Formats: sequence, structure tokens, C-alpha cells
Amino acid sequence: MKKLLLLGDEAVGQGALDAGLSGAYGYPGTPSTEIIEYIQRNKEAAAKKVHRTWSANEKTAMEEALGMSYAGKRAIVTMKHVGLNVAADPYMNSALTGANGGVIVAVADDPSMHSSQNEQDSRYYAKFSQMAALEPSDQQEAYDMCFYAFELSEKYHQPVMLRLTTRLAHSRSGVIRKASVTENKKHMPANPDQFMLLPAFARKNYQHLLAIQNDLNEESERSPFNKYFDGNDKSLGIVASGLAYNYLMENFVDEASSHPIMKISQYPLPRKQIEKITNECDNILVIEEGMPLIEEMIKGFLGNSIKVKGRLDGTLPRAGELNPQIVRKALGKPALKSNKMPEIVTNRPPALCNGCPHIDTFKALNEVTKEYGKGHVFSDIGCYTLGYLPPYSAIDTCVDMGASLSMAVGAADAGLFPSIAAIGDSTFGHSGITPLLDAVKAKSNIVVIIMDNDTTAMTGMQDSQVTGSIESICLGIGVEKEHIRVITPLKKNHEENVKIIQEEVNYHGVSVIIPRRPCIHVYAKRKRK
Amino acid sequence: MKRDIILAGVGGQGILSIAAIIGYAAVESDLNLKQAEVHGMSQRGGDVQSHLRISDKNIYSDLIPQGGADIILGVEPMEALRYKPYLSENGWFITNETPVLNIPNYPEMKDIKIEMEKFPNKIILDADQIAKEVGSSRSMNMVMLGAVADKLGIEYDKLEDGIKFLFGRKGEKVVEANLKALQQGRESAK
Repeated sequence: MKKLLLLGDEAVGQGALDAGLSGAYGYPGTPSTEIIEYIQRNKEAAAKKVHRTWSANEKTAMEEALGMSYAGKRAIVTMKHVGLNVAADPYMNSALTGANGGVIVAVADDPSMHSSQNEQDSRYYAKFSQMAALEPSDQQEAYDMCFYAFELSEKYHQPVMLRLTTRLAHSRSGVIRKASVTENKKHMPANPDQFMLLPAFARKNYQHLLAIQNDLNEESERSPFNKYFDGNDKSLGIVASGLAYNYLMENFVDEASSHPIMKISQYPLPRKQIEKITNECDNILVIEEGMPLIEEMIKGFLGNSIKVKGRLDGTLPRAGELNPQIVRKALGKPALKSNKMPEIVTNRPPALCNGCPHIDTFKALNEVTKEYGKGHVFSDIGCYTLGYLPPYSAIDTCVDMGASLSMAVGAADAGLFPSIAAIGDSTFGHSGITPLLDAVKAKSNIVVIIMDNDTTAMTGMQDSQVTGSIESICLGIGVEKEHIRVITPLKKNHEENVKIIQEEVNYHGVSVIIPRRPCIHVYAKRKRK
Repeated sequence: MKRDIILAGVGGQGILSIAAIIGYAAVESDLNLKQAEVHGMSQRGGDVQSHLRISDKNIYSDLIPQGGADIILGVEPMEALRYKPYLSENGWFITNETPVLNIPNYPEMKDIKIEMEKFPNKIILDADQIAKEVGSSRSMNMVMLGAVADKLGIEYDKLEDGIKFLFGRKGEKVVEANLKALQQGRESAK
């Protein structure tokens, strides 16, 4: 069969589809977005009517996937690493309910924080929940693992995590497809109480989860994705997981490694195989993308039994993603000869696009806030976070999805005036509605600016769940009608917009201002059509 | 046969289209390929880069090691210079010389030129101007693809096929404009 040239994310999308997928659920988030985007534009997915529209947030997505699993069909739920925090409640509990139809929880981590607020490692969540996890090293494995994951999920009636990292998610390579699996027919769980987590049932389910841990370990021991390569020089044994395995093997293209190598791509960590390499070798080097999970497990708390090198002893950097030169150095090989970057080269940080509606909103907002000094605008996650940078310097915080509103509420409670939240339309739909409800009920003195550009812009123009319904949501929650103000962020409206923002700052209570103008990319796209 | 290429530019300049066409041509030539790109926040006018690796052997790392690249292909001069540490000793430095001035502290062009002159193997073109001359100012990226075409180890017509594949749905006119830009870039680099 001909090779398809696919991003790691796309390989997961194609793999899940070919492995009998009935529903894909998720919220856009770099570097996971392209999994669902691929399924959305796939003709076979359309013909089979696979569910593939975006969800409001990762929590609803996880629960929707669980619902599809309940009804017997195969589902994938996708998110970025910090999205799993949002979905953590259903995710953790899904380890207790288990699955009926197979469930893949596909999480894309972003070590080095290319487009994220932190670099948490989702494998810790897999360990925390005691769920099996797969960590592909290349695009083909990402594809193949979807078949394997659904089978594993249905064999043990457990969701399975598929952990990607940025460089695999956003790197393209050839993928060979396998024969497709037909979709499951709708069928109810054999045990009608499987998804009933009343304490009496939850305790039973938890005992079951504990009981299958040995079986999951055995699956890891014989996994086709975990591989042991022997070597004569036992002074060092190398354990490399997922993508890190590639950076390791990059050094052995021309000559094989003299040291034994253990490739890890399935968890729980295969105990017997780890024991084999640690017993045979004098030292162990652990190379893993993300946080030192395997390293900590092998080393143990006291770290006095086996000599383990890795991120904890400084052999590899403690933070940030790996790359070929870091791994080369850890192997004790000399760096390739290379020149320094010329000193004249300066940073080119990302910026709001020319003509972006946020620019006009921030200019109007700045004019109002300047008399109160810095520190009054709580913001959120999206393109508009770039409003922190000069020349705008319009916002002061960015913590997590929806935190603009809730932090403005708390700061207003502490007496900060004015207390302003600046949030995008899609982020408002994701996590801004519930804190707005808090604000209304507590009669907080805040101004909420919901910048409606008609799309989820930062991740590449995905649909926004609240398009067309922001005012009715605010009204329904109880914001007063006369304090829901829609403005058009354009240069020519500057004076008027400043006046409206000032009026609402002066109003003692909850005000919502909706600067509404489509993202210029959405506008350009519509014009082309 | 192996080519490790760093593509460098500013978000929106079209390096991902260059990568997609080379990728298509490489697969059509039965070569292995890995191509890492940047999505998300950096695409908003920041610096973007793509690591493109072509080989007839197995390729492991998605990233090119520093000092390992055979070619830096820049669509913007300062961005091409940014990746100098990646270029191997005898590697080719190929770039468009028209700057994107979207930052307040862009270096002096004379300093950029001094730095570019330091590379032993180089092709420096005014690709924006060349694209304008062939009547397709938006095809600057294809001019630069043309400039590197004879150094890829891939047959030229496979690149043309890639353009037809990528731009086909945008219509005959767009395909023709891009093919012309490709050809002119190739000529200018000779």
C-alpha cells in the first residue's frame, strides 16, 4: 500500500479511523489539534458519519467519549497536556468505571512550552489513574498503536492513554495503512452497574482496577512496542522512551550501540525487563521526553541501589525537551562541529496580526485603564495573551482557561478597582460561563470583556461553541441587559468604545462588553468563498 | 543519499508549503522523510522553522542535530542566519535577502550582508523581486524552492508534481504562477 505522509497527530486520526472509530471528541489545543482536524476533513469519516465536531472543553469531551464507550462503540478523546487537568475528574474516574467500547485518551504534551503554560508530563496521570499508556516513537507507531489501544481497552474494559509530544505530533513522515476494522455495533455494558460509581460500586471497581495491574504489566512485558536490544558492553545500559528513543538511535545509524538498549513505549513500566537491564548493567542512563518518570521509578526514593543517570543527576537537563545534541552529549560523544549564531540576530516574538480586532480593543481598554495604573486586567489563553507584549501591554495575567473571570472576581472581592477580565469567545465557552455565574450571584464589581472574533484563532480557526449565543448566555446567567454592551473594535469607533468601557467601569456590578469583529483570517477565508 | 534541510522564515511566509512540496516529491521518489514543523503561537508573525530530513536510509530523529544540516533555506535573511549553528561546515546557505521588518530592533542590513558573506557556499536572491517580475508576488516561497531545487537530490519534475498536487484545487492559474516562480528561482540560482 502507498505511504501516506502524515503528522504524528494525523497518524493518530487515521489510525483511530481505520481501527473502527465511531466518535472523536476534543477541544483544540497545541500540539493536539490536528488529530480531530484530520478526522473532520477525512472523507471516509464523513461517509461513516463518525462524530467529529469540537466539544466545549476537555471535560465535556472526555465524558462524551465515555458515553460513546458506554453504548459500546469506540471513541477517541484528544487534548493537550493542560487540557487533561480540565478533564481530570472524568479521566480519573474513568479508570474506575472502565470502558465498554474501546476508549483512547490521546494527550499531546508540550515539553519546552512552545505554546503552553507548563510542561507537565501526562504519563504521571497514567500512573496516577493506574491506566495503561502508550508512547509512540514515530508516526507509524502512532498509527499502529490506535488498533492496539482499542483492542487493549476492550480486552480489559479500561480506557488507554496515548501520549504524544510536540515533536512527534507536529512532525510528518510516511505511514503505511493497515486493513480497516469495522465499527462496533451498539451494545450495552455486560454489567449494568459498571458506570455507577456510588461508593459501594466504586470500591468494588477500584479493587478490580488494582487486581488487573499485574495483567497490564504482563501486557507491557510482551508488548510489540517495548523492545530490548542486547549489547556486549554492560558498563552502561540505556533505557529510552517514546520520542527519546529516536534521539538515541540517531547516534547509531552507522554503527550499532555496544550497550544494551531498552525501548519503552508501553506502560505500566515492564518490571521484568527493567530488572533485566538493571541487573546486567553497572550503570543505567534513562532518556525520556518530559519529566523523569522512569528515572524516578528505577532510582527509587533513596536512590542508593542502582547508579542511574538522567535528568535528575544533570546528565540531561532537568527541564525542557530533548534534542539530538543533548542526547549525544549524554552518551559522551563529542558535539558535531558547528558555528555560533551571529550576535546581530534578535528575537522575533509572535505578535498580533495586522488588522487584528484585539488591537483596537486593547487600545480602547488602555485608554480607560491608564488613569488607574498597571495591574487591573486579568486575561486568559488565546491570541489575545499577546496583548501583554508591547506596544499594547494591556493585560496583566494568564493562568489557565477561564481564570481571567474568576481571578477578577477574587480581586474585586479584595477591593481592587477596577477589576477587569479579558477573555476570548471560545475560552469563554470553555471555562468562562461558570465563573460569570459566580460573579452574578455575588454581585461582583467586575467588567468582563469577551472578545468575540468568531473563532478559536490561536490554534488555527476552529469553530467556537458560543458563536451567536454569547449575549443570550450572559442574559440567561443573569447579567443585566443594559450592562451587556456590544462594540465593534475598529479605529473609527475608538472614542465611542472608550466611552462605553468607561461607563461600565463606573457601573457597580457585573458588566459584559463584547467587542465583536471576526479574526482577519476568518474574514479573509469568507471573502475567498 | 541524505539531505538535512533547515527551512527558516517568519510565520505566514509559506515555509510549510515549501516543506509540503519537498515532502510530496520525496515520497514520490521512494525516499524516507521526516519533517518537523512549528504550529500554534509562533505562527503569529514570530520566527518559524521546519526541520526537513530526506534519506534513502532509516531516519530516526525528527530534529536535525546542530552542525548536521546540509542546507539552510531561508525565506527571510535574519531568520536564515538564526539557524547558522545547524549548518555543517560545507553546507549551503540559501536565502531570500528581503527582510520582514515586523520588529522594532531589526539589525542593520549592512550587518546582515556581512554575516551572509561569511558562508563559504551560498546563494542569496531577492526572491520577492523575482516573484514580482514573473507576475506572482505571492510566490516568493516557490522562487526559493526553485533556488534549492538542484541541490535536493530529487528530480525537478517531482517538485513540479508537488506544486500541482498542493495548489491544484486553487485552480490552473495559481499552479501556473507557482511553476513559473519555481523555474525562475532555479534559473536565478545558477
